[in-house]
Amino acid sequence: MSAGAVPGAAEVLAPADEAELAAMVADAAARRAPLRIRGGGTRLALGRPSQAAAELSVARLGGVRLYEPGALTIVAAAGATVAEIEATLAAERQILPFEPMDHRRLLGTDGEPTIGGAAAVNASGPRRVQAGACRDLMLGVRFVDGRGRVVKNGGRVMKNVTGYDLVKLMAGAHGTLGVLTEIAFKVLPAPECAATLWLEGLEDETAIRAMSAALTSPWDVSAAAHLSGGPTMIRLEGLEGSVRARAERLRERLAAFGDVETAEEGPLSWRDVRDCAPFAGRPGAVWRVAARPSMAAAAVARLRAERPVEALYDWGGGLIWLLTPEQDDAGAALVRAAAEAAQGHATLVRASDAVRAAVGAFHPRPGADALAAGLRARFDPAGVLNPGLMAS
Amino acid sequence: MQMPEPDAKVLARRERILVRLAEALPEDALISDPAETRAYDCDALTAYACAPMAVTLPRSTEEVSAVMRICHEEGVSVIPRGSGTGLAGGALPTADSVVLGVSRMNRVLEVCPEDRFIRVEAGRTNLSVTGAVEDLGFFYAPDPSSQLACAIAGNIAMNSGGAHCLKYGVTTNNLLGVKMVLADGEVVELGGPTLEQPGLDLLGVVCGSEGQLGVVTEATLRILPRPEGARPILLAFDSPVTAGACVADIIRAGVLPVAIEFMDRRIIHLTENFVGAGYPLDAEALLIVEVEGSEPEIDEQLARIKAVAARHDPLEMRESSGPEQSAAIWKGRKAAFGATGQVADYLCMDGVIPTSALPDVLRRMAELSAQYGLDVANVFHAGDGNLHPLIMFDANAPGQLEKAERLGAEILTLCVEAGGCLTGEHGVGVEKRDLMTRQYAPDDLDAQMLVKDVFDPDWILNPAKVFPLEASAARRVRKGAAA
Repeated sequence: MSAGAVPGAAEVLAPADEAELAAMVADAAARRAPLRIRGGGTRLALGRPSQAAAELSVARLGGVRLYEPGALTIVAAAGATVAEIEATLAAERQILPFEPMDHRRLLGTDGEPTIGGAAAVNASGPRRVQAGACRDLMLGVRFVDGRGRVVKNGGRVMKNVTGYDLVKLMAGAHGTLGVLTEIAFKVLPAPECAATLWLEGLEDETAIRAMSAALTSPWDVSAAAHLSGGPTMIRLEGLEGSVRARAERLRERLAAFGDVETAEEGPLSWRDVRDCAPFAGRPGAVWRVAARPSMAAAAVARLRAERPVEALYDWGGGLIWLLTPEQDDAGAALVRAAAEAAQGHATLVRASDAVRAAVGAFHPRPGADALAAGLRARFDPAGVLNPGLMAS
Repeated sequence: MQMPEPDAKVLARRERILVRLAEALPEDALISDPAETRAYDCDALTAYACAPMAVTLPRSTEEVSAVMRICHEEGVSVIPRGSGTGLAGGALPTADSVVLGVSRMNRVLEVCPEDRFIRVEAGRTNLSVTGAVEDLGFFYAPDPSSQLACAIAGNIAMNSGGAHCLKYGVTTNNLLGVKMVLADGEVVELGGPTLEQPGLDLLGVVCGSEGQLGVVTEATLRILPRPEGARPILLAFDSPVTAGACVADIIRAGVLPVAIEFMDRRIIHLTENFVGAGYPLDAEALLIVEVEGSEPEIDEQLARIKAVAARHDPLEMRESSGPEQSAAIWKGRKAAFGATGQVADYLCMDGVIPTSALPDVLRRMAELSAQYGLDVANVFHAGDGNLHPLIMFDANAPGQLEKAERLGAEILTLCVEAGGCLTGEHGVGVEKRDLMTRQYAPDDLDAQMLVKDVFDPDWILNPAKVFPLEASAARRVRKGAAA
């Protein structure tokens, strides 16, 4: 165990293994001393700020535990870094299909993102539209619940309906139901070739229609993004001949929307789209809005009538990143209303502690919130795991 | 297989419960005559049957809610049911229960190709979801083999898969939202027509919860643009081990087929006698590998697959040259269960293993088969390791069913020991309920039951399923307290 000073937390607990971690959680529960769960420390500013007596780091639970390229599966300890896993996979020309977002640029944080952190926030990048979200690729978990019990669920095979799927429940739970200690993922072959087609100068509404035209085509689009006032980009991936043939067909379909350029990467890299780089290092609050693509542009337009807003659309318009001034609670009421108008919801990703404390980060849901509270009360009866972080 | 004793207090109130249900429902939505409820005594696991107290067939979420409210107040167990095609006994009633079937709720509520979703009532059949969007060039990806008859409600309850999940995933990867009635009659909506939901992923745990957390009445499903074409190739090998190694190499080669199906010698000959698909009869194992895309893309992928397969000295590589040949290649595979049923009774297992363990598991399964003196035929989704060993026996011979069940339990244990699981797509139900302890420790099971405690505190929804009776006993007694 090591100890040190951390802003907002008196002490850092850094267990060497799962058993020690479980004992520490049990001890915290007995003392009702809340813990802040930490992986690489790059995403700590997500959610409602919570008061913690100590920080519990999974950083020493590291390493790839099992990798079977022929079975498309990898199992890693929660503290393994995303970089380490991606390097291991790259040696076999495979990838984590869900393109986990690196939050460092947007949140201005340091450290190394861990796979446990990516799973805990269900970090899903541009390939979400084709290969699924982080939670879709998670096959199994081990975690320590709020009583200090070690629980396993799922496994390391692609199909598994043995009992309830707690894997999904743990994905995106931000550590509030348990501390992840190990995760198994389905991986995919790395695309041998990629092409990006892009158009410039499209209004949001038109850009979304262009992206929908691509995503409703049979040509297996792996990403579609639009920066308001900037490029509209579509990505194709796969075997070389196939990418070339599909790019040609897609180009014909998109010609109705304007001049189509093609290159390996567009004017904005997919990494920049993934990390919401256009809003990094710029003042203002950042929201992440899930929406029906066909309703997304209207929702943003409605918001723009009320306050300054910049928008980056991913997932063909199904995900909208919004940059807006922090003042007036970062526009919480307006943004949430706009999201609901697009039959979606809004998450406050970046704002000062004061704003996140005032409005919460997550979208309130009637009915579901009561069930979620019930689950937290059962999995973490002493309220020691990131308490309040997900409160809406 | 044991079921809990019926609750005498509930049985004693049967008349009153029926009167209350009759008041809440249209006349034709309540069935209590034992002659008419017989069709609901079991699902496709026909070895186990029991007459329920009554069957309700509501037509709306409001009617489902009314049934749930009454049953909750009366402390009556509710057995949710889709089309009754489940293979694990998940819809098996108890004598003190009310079956709640959603098959009459089958309307399409909304189709939106540009946002790539469809919203349907949950009683709609799987294939008719695709039927509602195929003219628009779309399809619904999960394709369980019962897709002509099975309901989306059951697909969600069991998190059903199918032959094409290697590429498209299973139900949970294609489910965006549900409207659901909780045990006390409250209606909640989880998820919606977006790719993410806020807060905890409750939808994720509802999918695959075998009707124990609520009754799903509506579902928002992801639809995908139909690929331009698909074509299979048949690969024949002189040993199952070689076929297994070829599967792993195909996957490693960077192509992702939509399906890789495996058939062993027993199945090859059974199907050949049944439908005459023209499979090579000297083969010890066959693979059907299907890829999708435009013609040039298909050619490119199949060329890659053939190059990999050639390294394993196949007896034959038969590439489809058109729709007729594609149908011929699939013909035997699709007839596999029917062909087996022609010559014997069989139990269909559903274990999953890491594909790397395939050769070893096949070998040990053959040893077990010899030891028990029961034939085991193998046909399965090799790409994802989902085995479907068919244990053949004679139901009329005393003791054979029990013997086959014991062999099944050993095979599933073998799957778990190899790093896999008990069930890949059929669900636990009552069939594998008592084997759960082979995969999960008491704390693992308790964590799952905590979820049910939240959604259904009185344990009235499908209570005697999924968890070993002993493990759930303390929780199930609470039910009586509601009455």
